[in-house]
Amino acid sequence: MKLRAALATVLFAVAATATAAASSPAGVRVREAWIRWLPADLPAGGYIVIENKAGTPERLVGASSPDYGMVMLHRSQEVDGADVMTAVSGIDIPAHGSFKLAPGGYHLMLMHAKRAIKPGDKVPVILHFAGGAMLQVDFPVLPANASAPPD
Amino acid sequence: MSVVRVSFRWLPPLLLSLLLAACASHPQWQLDDVKGHLPDLKFQLTNDLGQPVTAASYRGKVLLLYFGYTHCPDVCPLTMVHLHTVLQKMGKLADDVRVLFVTVDPARDTVPVLHQYVTAFDSHIVGLTGSQNALAELAKRYRAFYKRESGKNTDGDYLVTHSSAIYIFDQHGHARLLVTPGTPNDAILHDLKILVEQGS
Repeated sequence: MKLRAALATVLFAVAATATAAASSPAGVRVREAWIRWLPADLPAGGYIVIENKAGTPERLVGASSPDYGMVMLHRSQEVDGADVMTAVSGIDIPAHGSFKLAPGGYHLMLMHAKRAIKPGDKVPVILHFAGGAMLQVDFPVLPANASAPPD
Repeated sequence: MSVVRVSFRWLPPLLLSLLLAACASHPQWQLDDVKGHLPDLKFQLTNDLGQPVTAASYRGKVLLLYFGYTHCPDVCPLTMVHLHTVLQKMGKLADDVRVLFVTVDPARDTVPVLHQYVTAFDSHIVGLTGSQNALAELAKRYRAFYKRESGKNTDGDYLVTHSSAIYIFDQHGHARLLVTPGTPNDAILHDLKILVEQGS
């Protein structure tokens, strides 16, 4: 079991490095990535600013993480006095523009942690773009009551 | 000369406005004043330590009532963080305030999960759960609503749509103010301070 897990980790690491090196989207830069930690393996929110320095638009179509069973693109909205959360199929990042995933709006929902995650950890998240490009980003994990992202 | 004549004519309204300004029972609320429009707080629920509690258990505290659920990764934590920030700014006055986080998802929000959840944000937040009926009754009393969305995900994951307002009650359990989404933290801080100080 241990060997299998270790092997899987190595294989995954190789794959992740390879994809990140081979096909990260040209012109995409990220900053202010963070995850709000919640106890009891509750789904956590992930936030990030994605910049697109290229002359063509990019579209974020999904995300995954070796540390979570599932990562989804979600949007919180205020509709008639209620909080409504819906899954979204993609997020457009305009050419020479940026998109901010921030609390109370678009966010990543990270579910079913595969290890005990705690504030202070870093969680690798792979952003998937339309056309197959991927970008791996380390998301620092902040405490539940954090209000500002790290610099 | 003309100033003197005019001042006599405007004396009664001037006196009235001075009286109103001096009247302490008319504070300048920054939140929505709901005094007399919503019923007094009333419930029979279980707190996040597993103890049975009623509204009377919290008499003497200014209360902020919020309906949420722990499997809500974005807006519920954001609301709790806003309230945590306000409570921190209140300093010692925060001891006279409690936030009641009432779950709208009792199936997943067990007492231990609720306890871990609320304590991760602030020591003045209490998690409350109860029977489906007791929770529905409390929500109905304040015209709040919640609805379990049909699951798109596998393995039992589902989302719950819920009212986003925060109801503020005074030390006697009377509904006083309403916080709607997007309200600046400073407005909540301003009004909470007045409520706490009025009651002490």
